[in-house]
Amino acid sequence: MDFDLSPQEEAFRDEVRSFLDENLKNEVNNEFGISFDQEWSDKIREKRWVGFGWPEEVGGGGGTIMEQVILKEEMSKRKAPSLGTCFMGLAWVGPGIIEYGTDEQKQRFIPDILDGKYQWCTGYSEPNVGSDLASLQCKGELKGDHYLVNGQKIWTSLAPFAEWMLMLVRTNFDPKHKHDGITCLLLPMNSPGLEVRPIQNMAGGSFFAEVFFDNVKVPVENRLGAEGEGWKVTVSALANERSSIAEVSQLQRRLESLKELTLRCTKQGRPALEDPSVRRQVAKFEARIEAMRLNGLRYLTKQIQGLPLTSETSVNKLHRADLEIGMGEFACELIGSSGPHLRGSDDATDDGRWAFNTLNWPDVVFGGGTPNIQKNIIAERILGLPKD
Amino acid sequence: MNFGFTEEQEILRDQIRKFLSQESPISEVRRVSATQKGYNEEHWQTAASLGWLGLTVPEAYGGSGMNWVDLIVLLEEQGRALHPSPFISNTLAATAISELGNDEQKKRFLPKLIDGSIIGTLAILEESDCLDVDAVQLMAQDEGQGLVIDGTKHFVSDAAQATLFIVACRVENDLKLLIAEAGEQIKAKNCTTMDTSKREGMVTFNKFYVAPENILCEKQDAEAALDRLNNLGAIAVTAEMIGAAEAALAITNQYAKDRTQFGSQIGRYQGVKHPLAEMYVDIESYKSLLYYAAWTATESPDELPRYASLAKGYASEAFPNIGIICVQLHGAIGYTAEYDIQLFLKRSKWARPKFGDANYHNDRVATIGGI
Repeated sequence: MDFDLSPQEEAFRDEVRSFLDENLKNEVNNEFGISFDQEWSDKIREKRWVGFGWPEEVGGGGGTIMEQVILKEEMSKRKAPSLGTCFMGLAWVGPGIIEYGTDEQKQRFIPDILDGKYQWCTGYSEPNVGSDLASLQCKGELKGDHYLVNGQKIWTSLAPFAEWMLMLVRTNFDPKHKHDGITCLLLPMNSPGLEVRPIQNMAGGSFFAEVFFDNVKVPVENRLGAEGEGWKVTVSALANERSSIAEVSQLQRRLESLKELTLRCTKQGRPALEDPSVRRQVAKFEARIEAMRLNGLRYLTKQIQGLPLTSETSVNKLHRADLEIGMGEFACELIGSSGPHLRGSDDATDDGRWAFNTLNWPDVVFGGGTPNIQKNIIAERILGLPKD
Repeated sequence: MNFGFTEEQEILRDQIRKFLSQESPISEVRRVSATQKGYNEEHWQTAASLGWLGLTVPEAYGGSGMNWVDLIVLLEEQGRALHPSPFISNTLAATAISELGNDEQKKRFLPKLIDGSIIGTLAILEESDCLDVDAVQLMAQDEGQGLVIDGTKHFVSDAAQATLFIVACRVENDLKLLIAEAGEQIKAKNCTTMDTSKREGMVTFNKFYVAPENILCEKQDAEAALDRLNNLGAIAVTAEMIGAAEAALAITNQYAKDRTQFGSQIGRYQGVKHPLAEMYVDIESYKSLLYYAAWTATESPDELPRYASLAKGYASEAFPNIGIICVQLHGAIGYTAEYDIQLFLKRSKWARPKFGDANYHNDRVATIGGI
């Protein structure tokens, strides 16, 4: 075991640090690190730190896994804005295009993703197809030079704001294996016949939507990968975000504000910290966050050594889900009667942000598979139990 | 950055695993657990001859000069096999002497602890069962030339097997750590616990005379030393909890594949597979915390208390729960003495309080973290 950085990695860390000293003007204080500061975006683009892990020939930075980890960690420590603004494009659409796209597709889409010109969304779930994604029914019919798409997607995150969509359609309704009849298409959201109906979530936001397809034409050159290869494209694209596996700075920051809250809260007139269960619960959160970080480092080591990772990422996804819900609930209970008071109420605590946290966790908890699906993945792929 | 084991450490793991699976299968564990002695003398001598007893002792005193990361490899495997042995006790006693003793003390005691001729253990806890330094109330009279101690230590691991005790006591307000060798003035006996693969008991000192050359350290040095020994003890026990929990999970996982009900392997049902997945998540997680804690023991001692507590706090809640769920998933057969799974439930009861339970360690994490 050795937790030191190599001289090259250390030099890179110093480079990131001095860049931050010179260029970081505004910390981002929302939990998601979202900011649209153009000057900042231009500068990190110039450093090739957007898409830092992507190959240099497509415009990425060619950073090693450790360098990616270092970059994210240093940025997050200093509350710098996110590295790039095209969230889904950077997270999995781009990697999918890099791995399976034609040269023409790479030239057409990758620079825009790096520049954050527009948002991408991903059309996976359907009304009766959630966790069992491979059963999807949205139809894609090959008609000469285009696919004719009919059907519906739902829970499509960012659909109300996105300009482009990566979607999965079924091009074969009678395959040997249901995973085989799926094809991946890229299409603009203003395609004729495509309609977006935003859905309001329980926290009051409308970040996801239903998307309807009525004879939407998608040119064949917009197919990503071969016909019937859509499942493979998606799985490999989703598996791409591995350098984030040890990244817990947001959770650490939330823990720090939670600690600060316990120091000033009272329960029935007595300091909340007089109750040992309050202290112990905070310690348990801390242990889980630290376990996530160290699990991540163990899995990164495996990856660096070229050893296969099966589904270990599900371990940290389950922790993240527990922490998102658990820390929100803990804080909401701690603030007592102001627990249900959202922003705008005169009796709200900290502008209602703790209350809000008890409503917005599904964004993080459901994305990439619900906790029950993660448990299935661990049980079946790691423990080798029969599929249910 | 490399958060993994070296090739040498993997070789050590294979060697130990092979030895234990051949020489100490569960049938042997059950046989030895039923004996008065509580461990297999032949195994103990083998461990000595292979250098395992002196793994972390400096080479100058006959040890292998390895670190705590090497040690946890061995402990994980011992835990996996539920191997009955005074290994942790002896290792902590040897650690106390090699970290705190003077050259003369090291020369006098370490070779014997390493070559298997004597067994050492820590005698720290008292009836109060409190790990705080202030809870050490065993009083010693300063006789000018040495000390005389009178009183009883409780929950001493391998009390009746050991012939060398690292004792915490007090002269007025000053804490002292000293070495006591078995003799007429020491009465040690084991108490019966549910986990017969582990032994612990009481040690009574009856006007026991301690020569000045047997005093290890005192005052603030002794307080810091005691804290470090407790941290290292927590690491040792947690390492065994990893191996034991992995073995319990493996046994139950196999049962879930073999057992058929309602026309299907029970491992197909989410009511069975999800608890198994949750166990996996917990073991992976306290494993990561423990590996890092073991690394800090040598490489980053300032971080040791926090990580020892993060690891033992997590494990002390997770492992007893794993014991219960594993028995539950077996159904009635898991309740029988004949099935092995119950042995792991009992082991978890031994491991939970040793060097601090979840509440103790979570309190410490909170304090270190500023609340």
